[in-house]
Amino acid sequence: MLALTILIDGVVYASWLFIVALGLTLVFGVLKILNIAHGSFYAVGAYATASFVGWFGALGLAPEWSLLAMVLAAIAVAALLAPLVERGLLRAFYGRDEVLLVLVTYALFLILEDVTKLIWGATPYYVSDPYMLFGTVEFGLLSYVGYDFMLVAMAIVCGIGVWWGLNRTRTGKIVLAVIHSDEIASSMGVNVSRIYRFAFMFGIFLAALAGALTAPMVSVQPGLSVGVIVVSFAVVIIGGLGSIEGAAIGALIVGLARALAVHTWPAAELFSIYVAMAAVLVFRPEGLFQRLQARKI
Amino acid sequence: MKRTWRIPKPGAIAIAAAIGLAAHAPAQAQETFRIGVVSFLSGQAAESFGIPAVNAAKLLVETFNAGQAPAPYDKKGFGGMTIEAIYVDEAGGATKQVQELKNLYDREKVDAVLGYVSSGDCLAVAPAAEEMKRFLILFDCGTPRIFEERSYEYVFRTASHAAMDNVSLGRYLKANNIPVETINYINQDYAWGHDSQKDFELTMKQLYPEAKTQQDLRPKFGAGQYGTEISALLSRPATITHSSLWGGDLQAFILQAAPRGVMKRSQLVLSAADHVLPGLGDKMPDGVILGARGAYGLMSPESPLNDWWFSLYEKRYDVYPVQAAYRMAQAMLGLKQAAEKAMADNGGRKPNSEQLAAALKGSQWQSPGGLIRMVNGNGHQAIQETAIGRTKYNPEKKRVDLVDIMRFPAECVNPPPDMKSEDWINSGFKGAKC
Repeated sequence: MLALTILIDGVVYASWLFIVALGLTLVFGVLKILNIAHGSFYAVGAYATASFVGWFGALGLAPEWSLLAMVLAAIAVAALLAPLVERGLLRAFYGRDEVLLVLVTYALFLILEDVTKLIWGATPYYVSDPYMLFGTVEFGLLSYVGYDFMLVAMAIVCGIGVWWGLNRTRTGKIVLAVIHSDEIASSMGVNVSRIYRFAFMFGIFLAALAGALTAPMVSVQPGLSVGVIVVSFAVVIIGGLGSIEGAAIGALIVGLARALAVHTWPAAELFSIYVAMAAVLVFRPEGLFQRLQARKI
Repeated sequence: MKRTWRIPKPGAIAIAAAIGLAAHAPAQAQETFRIGVVSFLSGQAAESFGIPAVNAAKLLVETFNAGQAPAPYDKKGFGGMTIEAIYVDEAGGATKQVQELKNLYDREKVDAVLGYVSSGDCLAVAPAAEEMKRFLILFDCGTPRIFEERSYEYVFRTASHAAMDNVSLGRYLKANNIPVETINYINQDYAWGHDSQKDFELTMKQLYPEAKTQQDLRPKFGAGQYGTEISALLSRPATITHSSLWGGDLQAFILQAAPRGVMKRSQLVLSAADHVLPGLGDKMPDGVILGARGAYGLMSPESPLNDWWFSLYEKRYDVYPVQAAYRMAQAMLGLKQAAEKAMADNGGRKPNSEQLAAALKGSQWQSPGGLIRMVNGNGHQAIQETAIGRTKYNPEKKRVDLVDIMRFPAECVNPPPDMKSEDWINSGFKGAKC
């Protein structure tokens, strides 16, 4: 029974982690930007969800519509913020030192923290409508909310969707070409700037969707972004920056390691993630699915 | 030809008057008492502690300056001096806060600093203020260590520390004959969580010697996701589950634990949870035993001063004041009393740090949360009464009420002046007056 509990808890947590980290690894894979502000887009997604679900409720719509509100909120965040950030800020720094880009995205994180406070204030928001939509599921002594299993389904849908989009569509294959080499892709006629915009917008959409899906489980308030940044970076580093499969396996490793620690040795929970990260990096310094690449001259 | 400039008589008078006014100006500048208020304006602690505290400070500065506080706090400002407050964000870590403290004293020329929610920040800024020989009031942080590990001349804490919170929780369980066979813990993995767990465990060893610790969960600060911890609590439920979780972490835990039936399987006891009640509303299950780190909010004592404070804050901010707002109020009232006493002793001049310290040391004053007495830490650490209650949702008022409230006098739940908290608890609460 303990093993089953650890497995369920690990997979549920891994699903949440995967959805959070997916956008981060995609943005790095295409744009080569380590986006510290990823947590802020997650937080904005959560706040936007609070607003959208509130509006849907005010219109008298049934709680089931709150799921649509969550997706619309994520789309709205991506549609509004992506062009602003990509064209207004990041474009000026393409091709510059990676450390500089990290600083720029860190500055963006700080700015967005205050912008969310300007718009939504410091009062916490509760988005409880969706959380009980899926009832509860009993496993012996344990009771889970159906929403947790919906998260697992969403993670699978997101993962398969992104994989299929990258590998089975024309646009996806162009994105893969840009990931492999933006210079060669550009020389072969690919509009790399448009691919960057598209990838960045999709990355923000995924971050905001993660925030939207998390909003019903927490109180949406200042500080929401910080905890997510560190853990999503750990997942992405384990899996290999830019790898979708890596993000999925990384999330599973972290989720299961954490669940094992909490159930058997709670004092170790805090560093279980970093032990997993260190163990992977000892054998695969670039992450599980990142191939070592020759330096281009 | 040598030209002689003659100043006309009216001009000479005007110049003389201007020189006289300029000479008088420094004296007029002394009529302002500048305070630096430091608390979390961003980050996780903003909504639950920082902003309520700053809101309380702003309201009181305005009220004091207008002379609208009830007696004996009815003098305008501090003894007639207008209060001017500068607000600084406590976010950014202890090193940054030490620098900000120095800026407040040196650059902003504040006469006193009043602040700090984080125990880590308190432990860092207290020695810095002492070294600079500048007056500092710690209004909120909970670690007992401030005055148990060293002594200070210029640093004060105008609220009880965290040992009181967990001792009173244990005493509440015992007084209500709540059986305790096993205990689960879920506390944040940092100083506050560790100290809270330790204080409660030591308390329970005295009050319930047969009770066994079952699980000691320590999720990281800001985790936000407690699914795995909740599964652990459900798979091995204990008679009571203790937690010092606060702010967004506590709200997330309640939202995730309640639908999974944690509160039905175990009696939840929360050491510092009143601040989440207004927001959670009917999402907070009934029957949770909780404290507010003092007799605050819905557990505050009935008194004209408290009635005034409660309604003043509620009217301004559309929510009743919770613990951080109360602790800021008692700090401001203590500072006002000390400043006015020091001015009475020094002929009405603005007091310096030494005079403020001498006036505050060992003093006592009435606050909305009860009598504050600076008896511990050689007159630098306050003790006060506290209260514990149980949640019950009131559908008419659409808010969570606290029922079955039990009050504990200060000497019942605070260590005596000559003992450290841990030693006092382990001695069986030697000398406690309940």
